[in-house]
Amino acid sequence: MNSPHAASLRDAALVAGIAGILAFPFVGLLLTTEGTAPTLSTRFPEFAGAVVVIFFGRLGVSAARRGQGLLPLVLGLAMAVGGALSLVVEATGLGASGAAAWHAFVPGTFLSTVACAGGIAIAGLAGRNYLMQDRKPAERTPLPMGQLLLWLGIALAGFAILLPLLPGVDRRLIDVATLVLTYVMLGWGLNIVVGLAGLLDLGYVAFYAVGAYSYALLSVTFGWSFWVCLPVAGTLAALFGILLGFPVLRLRGDYLAIVTLGFGEMIRIILLNWYDFTNGPDGITNIGRPSFFGLPFKSEPEQGTESFHTFFGVTYDPVHRLIFMYYLILALAFVTNAFTLRIRRLPIGRAWEALREDEIACRSLGVNPRNTKLSAFAIGAMFAGFAGSFFATRQGFVSPESFTFIESAILVAIVVLGGMGSQIGVAVAAIILVGLPEYFRELQEYRMLAFGMGMVLIMLWRPGGLLTHREPTIRTRPAPA
Amino acid sequence: MNDESGRDSGRIRIRVMDYFAQQFINGVSLGAIYGLIAIGYTMVYGIIGMINFAHGEIYMIGAFIALMVVVAFGISEGGLVVLALLSALLVSMALTSLYGWVLERVAYRPLRGTQRLAALISAIGMSIALQNYVQLTQGARVKTLPPIIRGGFEFQFGNTEFIVRLSTLQILIVVVTLALMAIFALLIAKTALGRAQRACQQDQSMAALLGVNVDRTISLTFVMGAALASVAGLMVTLYYGVIDFFVGFIAGVKAFTAAVLGGIGSIPGAMLGGLLIGLTEAMWSGYFSIEYKDVATFSILVIVLIFLPTGILGTPEVEKV
Repeated sequence: MNSPHAASLRDAALVAGIAGILAFPFVGLLLTTEGTAPTLSTRFPEFAGAVVVIFFGRLGVSAARRGQGLLPLVLGLAMAVGGALSLVVEATGLGASGAAAWHAFVPGTFLSTVACAGGIAIAGLAGRNYLMQDRKPAERTPLPMGQLLLWLGIALAGFAILLPLLPGVDRRLIDVATLVLTYVMLGWGLNIVVGLAGLLDLGYVAFYAVGAYSYALLSVTFGWSFWVCLPVAGTLAALFGILLGFPVLRLRGDYLAIVTLGFGEMIRIILLNWYDFTNGPDGITNIGRPSFFGLPFKSEPEQGTESFHTFFGVTYDPVHRLIFMYYLILALAFVTNAFTLRIRRLPIGRAWEALREDEIACRSLGVNPRNTKLSAFAIGAMFAGFAGSFFATRQGFVSPESFTFIESAILVAIVVLGGMGSQIGVAVAAIILVGLPEYFRELQEYRMLAFGMGMVLIMLWRPGGLLTHREPTIRTRPAPA
Repeated sequence: MNDESGRDSGRIRIRVMDYFAQQFINGVSLGAIYGLIAIGYTMVYGIIGMINFAHGEIYMIGAFIALMVVVAFGISEGGLVVLALLSALLVSMALTSLYGWVLERVAYRPLRGTQRLAALISAIGMSIALQNYVQLTQGARVKTLPPIIRGGFEFQFGNTEFIVRLSTLQILIVVVTLALMAIFALLIAKTALGRAQRACQQDQSMAALLGVNVDRTISLTFVMGAALASVAGLMVTLYYGVIDFFVGFIAGVKAFTAAVLGGIGSIPGAMLGGLLIGLTEAMWSGYFSIEYKDVATFSILVIVLIFLPTGILGTPEVEKV
């Protein structure tokens, strides 16, 4: 055996060995509680399967990285086919005995999925090695990123507007799209704070919660309509932003992150325990639904009033309300985007970007760091408040459950993966991080695991974000060639 | 009449003192555990200036492994308890250290030198992934352990009914923590590794020029932090007898608060901060409301950062241009 193969084998054995030691207690053993007494059982087939998959996966990756074509291609294809076969066997049964025999080799849906996906990735890497063999890297011309992103943005916006009208679009897809757009809007709001002003806010969900509870309480207590509450909720959230931001905004990056995380958790704990005001863990129900310019979406309108379907003379269909909700959040998101794009060109927006790049230089040039940061914080919070009221009216129900730290983490991940300040990047990241996992609800158990690992992998692959494009918004002089 | 009321108020005063003493004991044991976790945060922050967000999960993993070893020994036989605990301690420290080492190697080292937020995002991703990995493989339900170290001392001051309890376990927690503290303080003050760590803390490129292996030093820092966190995990499992995949998050935030309170980068500071946080939490639960104890901790974090950004024992950070 020649030396690159031996090196790959050694490397794969080492990685599989370490992974095996790490995984043994969690994959190979299972803690269960019977009554009060804990018991320990073993799961060796699963463990062995995991180690084998890791070994071959690593072998393929390291061979592909060394520029070899044949070995990783064969390995990758074998893994992909094996994983897919195992999934098919699991799904169709193929007789109980056949499935049982198969399980002895590759146990578990998860492992099969991982093997299949990993195999495809390795085969892809190897295939690229083949294709790139004769080509010199210098031949690749850099793409005009800015232009490309612009067209991508226009295409995405057009697609978003037409989505409910496309054939084959069902309720579920509209629901998922509405959720994704909520995150896009939140991401754009947070982008002002994190992307433009460079303040890492790990408690953004607090303002989302303030917006949602403002609308919920105003609607349930006073019966105010959505359109009246929307600006009120935004204002309240912005006030909260100023209130929380005022004392802490002079802290540096990581400290600010932890303090905002603390604020987020504090608001959630208060919502959870202030029973008289927020109804505690039971949440608030029967929140008013928005109307279409005064026309409610009800199957049977009250005497003497008109409903959406009677006014337009169409038959009642609950999808109408869903589509209206979809366009509502789309409009809100577009407003957020337009606002951000415009304000970036104003002095305040330029001050944010300058502050992100160098705070000391800004201070010496007469920019007031506190007021500048505070304005970014408050405006970001305001958009979270808008999105929060939308959330409350869409669900018709709010409870502290919806405002946990993980939501903040997802939002920060969307902004950072999107490339910190890139509007289109945020949209793409929201689709990848929220839309895809939401659409694959069947794999829900693995969702968050894949999500966390995805965050790490994307950071390792592109530390600057998916679509990095850190051009200053305004240039006084043409860019140097 | 007069005499009787005087005796009553005296009795109440004794009861007040007793209650305080009990909360104090609970607070100190809790604080020792927070302190052990906080050391991991403070050492890592001191050396590479990042918040190791996944450190809470490392602690949770340590707790799980320790519980597995204890269960594997079969806790019913009384004679084996010491052996079981000792093996749990060693196995958990070894495996958790490996987790810490791999964590740094896989998720943080490739990002060193890129933008600061990248490493933090990677750490948050790792934290989410590790939580869900444990939930997926071990289930979401809590794991329990019946108390295996019983006994202790009971004090009764005056003729009140209130009994102050100091359990053997609480003594053990404080003693083990103090011993580990002493060992680590010596390690950092006297050994070559400690010297390398202090050098990297001051100036990494200068340390590298002078022949210090920076990568190795940082790796070992993660290993040490993880080992201490696993000890904290073992002690929490014994103390509360309940763990689940989510215990790392809130303990991590509190330990970080402790590290900041004590002055980040300072190891005695982490211990002091841990004690203060533990005491605050116990007193707050004892005298105010148990629901808002986490709010109290977070408020301390905010107040300290605003008024005393360098913590109690920290050194002021010089802003370089």
